[in-house]
Amino acid sequence: MNTENIIEVKNVTMRFNLAEEKTDTIKEYILKLLRGKLHFNEFFALKDVSFNVKRGEAVALIGVNGSGKSTMLKIIAGVMYPTKGSVNVKGSIAPLIELGAGFDMDLTARENIYLNGAVLGYDRDFMNQHFDEIMEFSELWDFVDVPVKNFSSGMIARLGFAIATIVKADILVVDEILAVGDFRFQQKCKERMAKLMSNGTTLLFVSHSAEQVKELCEKSAWIDHGELKAFGKTEEVYRMYEEKYN
Amino acid sequence: MNTENRSSFIQQLKKYKPLMNELVARDLKVKYRRSFLGYVWSLLNPLMMMTVMSYVFSYMFRFDVPNYPLYLICGQTLWTFFNESTNMAMYSVVANGSLIRKVYIPKFIFPMSRVLSSFVTMGFSLVAILIVMIFTGVKINLSILLFPIPLFFLLLFCMGIGLILSALSVYFRDIMHLYGVLTMAWMYATPVFYPIEALPANVAMVISFNPMYHYITFFREIVLYGTVPGAWTWIWCAVSSIVAFMAGLTVFRKLQRNFILHV
Repeated sequence: MNTENIIEVKNVTMRFNLAEEKTDTIKEYILKLLRGKLHFNEFFALKDVSFNVKRGEAVALIGVNGSGKSTMLKIIAGVMYPTKGSVNVKGSIAPLIELGAGFDMDLTARENIYLNGAVLGYDRDFMNQHFDEIMEFSELWDFVDVPVKNFSSGMIARLGFAIATIVKADILVVDEILAVGDFRFQQKCKERMAKLMSNGTTLLFVSHSAEQVKELCEKSAWIDHGELKAFGKTEEVYRMYEEKYN
Repeated sequence: MNTENRSSFIQQLKKYKPLMNELVARDLKVKYRRSFLGYVWSLLNPLMMMTVMSYVFSYMFRFDVPNYPLYLICGQTLWTFFNESTNMAMYSVVANGSLIRKVYIPKFIFPMSRVLSSFVTMGFSLVAILIVMIFTGVKINLSILLFPIPLFFLLLFCMGIGLILSALSVYFRDIMHLYGVLTMAWMYATPVFYPIEALPANVAMVISFNPMYHYITFFREIVLYGTVPGAWTWIWCAVSSIVAFMAGLTVFRKLQRNFILHV
């Protein structure tokens, strides 16, 4: 077992300035500045969170709604910058934060595969090589030249998942995506993830399904109101978590 | 630290070149989707505009310019590119907000790809200029081969302005409303449809500080008059475009950290 840390989260604090977020015009900005209201309503989504993930581990982030799990994932994925602290990631990330995030609804499935691949940093040749595999996995051959706006949400999720997992990324960041799609497709996704993990991919997983977490992840981090309450073996963390909420 | 700090601008540009290509291709595809003539519009539009405007300006307001249609279409093509590219770039970051919130992408890709797709569109319009050149029987000599140079300077300039606008408009949406008026004033301050000689000397002096004037002059010198522009025009074009581009990158990189909280 390799003991190298692939993700190091050090004292990460994320502060959202709720008042500031609503200032969209110069007039509002000046008015608020004059009233001294500009820096009100601070909200800490994460407070001084630190943990490390080793290469090849599967770690779940658990906690109630609004506890800061998704914020943590976004900071790790490089989408957001922490207000304080730092995140060190060694390796490539395949983000499955929201499936089909990069789709252009006016373009067809075929065109979106190239576009979405490019969003993840792959060129046309690479996508050509994997095109059939993506279509095969998503089972959308009948709709390959249909604009994505006519797709159902399940179809979009299937296509998005197939594209995002086509390459063997070092880290797979998964946020609640297994909730979409039918049972059969969920099963297929889990198999694909298990296959990636057996090849050494690290998994970061957010889910409200205790069953899925226990099945996939040996370790868990419990985040509650932005604070890291516990980090360790999934069973132990879940015991503490359930104690508090039952 | 995060990817953004780790790799330089050039490295990111290399890695995300496929994305740039895809975005430009998408813009072009979407622009003319469902129109019968498609890309031909990029050629027809400037020709039709030129026809209308050269009638207006040769009957209502007369300017003493030889080969006025060509004079007009040169200025107009470059101006349209500037106007369209910076406008589209301005909206690009806000419009892609949903993507920025979910996936890590270097954000300068959005304004830059917008400017590039306008640049490609302008490429089609160059054919219209060629048609006018042939029809008006302009003497074509070797200096015409310099035509990519002013266009390249203009491209850099537009990217710089586009980067600044796209970053600022994330924080202050007012800019989107203000910019329309600003570009209108700017257009009148650029000799697009009038010769600079038609202006009083002191006004012409002020206008000589307008970079757009120099790009258009450069282009007209080689296309319309078949001469190589003087050193002063070269210096103005090179310096203003590089300064604008560097300023754009600097401002954008400074402001992009908190985009996600505002888009």
